Amino acid sequence: MEFVFFLAAAVKAGTCLLYATLGEIISEKVGHLNLGVEGMMQMGAVVGFIAGFTFGNPYAAVLCAAIAGAAGALIYGFLTISLKANQVVTGLTLSIFGVGFAAFFGKNFVGKKVPEAITTFFAPIKLPVLGDIPYVGQIFFTQSIYVYFSYFLVIAIYIYLYKTKWGLNTRMVGENPVAADASGIPVDKYKYFNIALCGALCGLGGAFLSLVYISIYPVNVVSGRGWIAVALVIFAMWNPGKALLGAYFFGALDIASFWLQQYTLPVSIYLFTALPYLATVFVLIFTSMRKSSNKKEPAWLGKNYFKEDR
Amino acid sequence: MLHIVKKDVPNTREKIVVRLSAVLAALAVASIIVVFAGANPIELYIGIVQGCFGSVYRFAATVEKMVPLLVLSLGVMVAFKMRFWNIGAEGQFLMGAVGTTLVVRLLPNLPLPIMLLLMIAVSFLFGAVWLIIPAFFKARFGTNETLFTLMLNYIALTLVTALQYDFWKDPAANGMPKIANLPENALLPSASGFNLSILMAVIIVLVMYYFMNRSKIGFEIAVLGESENTARYIGINVTKTIMIAALVSGGLCGIVGMMQTTGVSGALSTEITGGLGFTAIIVAWLSGLKVPFVVVNSFAFAVLLQGASYIQTAFQIPGSVAEMIQAIILFFILGSEFVLQYRFVSDKTKSEVA
Repeated sequence: MEFVFFLAAAVKAGTCLLYATLGEIISEKVGHLNLGVEGMMQMGAVVGFIAGFTFGNPYAAVLCAAIAGAAGALIYGFLTISLKANQVVTGLTLSIFGVGFAAFFGKNFVGKKVPEAITTFFAPIKLPVLGDIPYVGQIFFTQSIYVYFSYFLVIAIYIYLYKTKWGLNTRMVGENPVAADASGIPVDKYKYFNIALCGALCGLGGAFLSLVYISIYPVNVVSGRGWIAVALVIFAMWNPGKALLGAYFFGALDIASFWLQQYTLPVSIYLFTALPYLATVFVLIFTSMRKSSNKKEPAWLGKNYFKEDR
Repeated sequence: MLHIVKKDVPNTREKIVVRLSAVLAALAVASIIVVFAGANPIELYIGIVQGCFGSVYRFAATVEKMVPLLVLSLGVMVAFKMRFWNIGAEGQFLMGAVGTTLVVRLLPNLPLPIMLLLMIAVSFLFGAVWLIIPAFFKARFGTNETLFTLMLNYIALTLVTALQYDFWKDPAANGMPKIANLPENALLPSASGFNLSILMAVIIVLVMYYFMNRSKIGFEIAVLGESENTARYIGINVTKTIMIAALVSGGLCGIVGMMQTTGVSGALSTEITGGLGFTAIIVAWLSGLKVPFVVVNSFAFAVLLQGASYIQTAFQIPGSVAEMIQAIILFFILGSEFVLQYRFVSDKTKSEVA
């Protein structure tokens, strides 16, 4: 029974990672490595909390968080798409900016409680039928509506990327913008759209932490989870379905390091926190050894596209 | 219709004018946030300058912040020159600090000069190994080094966390999770706030200038960065060049771990890097991977960092404001590169040229 609670907690802990990872997958699919995930999550978390605290309305809170994340992504987008700035450096700068932004605007809200209306709205709801399945029901279908929305997003983003014309074009831009441009795809528009979408999802991931995961606003609510999301994208090999599994696996490791503290272990508990990163390194190595192109990063990842270079 | 075309290489004067205007524009935008924080922007900016140059003590603090940033940026630069995206300077810095502390723990009674030399060597080695691992996989299988080195940062950080909270926890610290301070014979000598790491940095700058611009291996690194095919064609051993560059790049970042542990913090801790490894990436990139510009830009960033810590106490401005100002300045400088590298032409002039 205890194990079921543990897994349910892992799903909850993994949800913020799932949102951000899905966002970063979309950004990387269009060829942009955005290392600003941490910053965008921080912006979403603080703006979501402030909006929720001020308006007491869950829809307003979530919407503002998504807009904040997208706004951060658009700074990155403008610099890397239109002004051709280096993606790694711009992304790192966005992270510095977002962390500062959240610390500054969140300062007066530290220690404040999430309003009643929002906690009730996001409280776990047991789904009819699905919630009654033994074990599975308690783990996956007795969760917050925020978690259910992430299930929906996994499917929606999979369909968007692999079953629609827009997704095909998006992937083409990420693999070969020269060919995409030549076949009449508006490269920059696709980049802007997908990067903004990535930002909105990262903002939602951050707001999950500040609105659902915690009940009192702490000093640093995201605290490095954005970097785990960057790792997860590789771990999931740019696949939304695997991102879901990976996010829960990383969420479980997160919970486990607290959970295991009650036992005496032969190894240091702190080494456990390195597991997500070690796992990611192994995935990186194995995917590069295997050389199959559909499991590797998009070919133009990290490179900017300049039309006149064609 | 307007078109964007690549420009000829801009001259130094144009570069300076564009970058300074970018900084001024950034400061104008940042003023909005400063006003929000309840301060007068002009007074605050003057405060930053006073905080860096106002007294010998403050100037020493500025230099103290410049030294690690400078050496890290030089380290990162070597790898970047090869188009090898080493964003693992944080991790190499931490591992260098781990190596330094290990030397003291194993051989606590060495005389100071031997102790320092041994620590330099070991920290170099530890930092280098932390970059040679991803470099090996890059050379062998083409494994993405950007993401690999990023992950190694966090693996190094968890290792240091485990050392600080478990293995190397100081029993004399009343349960506080900290690693014991280094003994006297393992601290860098210093005089009125300036410590020996300044001299080390000067030597490193000179050596790196020679290495990048005059040595054979520096040339090979540059060619490899331009085109791997060219490098192979003219007979450069690609794997060997990648490994040597990784050794130097990671090693320099490792030495910073030694400088900071023995010269500034006095003990290894999870907070020892202060995010400088990431700032160094930005400095190296903005300097166009050229040693003299790395020196200038490291100083400019040190002014920002020292100014930021000064205004926190002098103006009661939270550190987050300084972080945002720093990021805004960077955004503007990154954007201004566009003006230096591209220009607009209308269709009409283009056809005339053609």
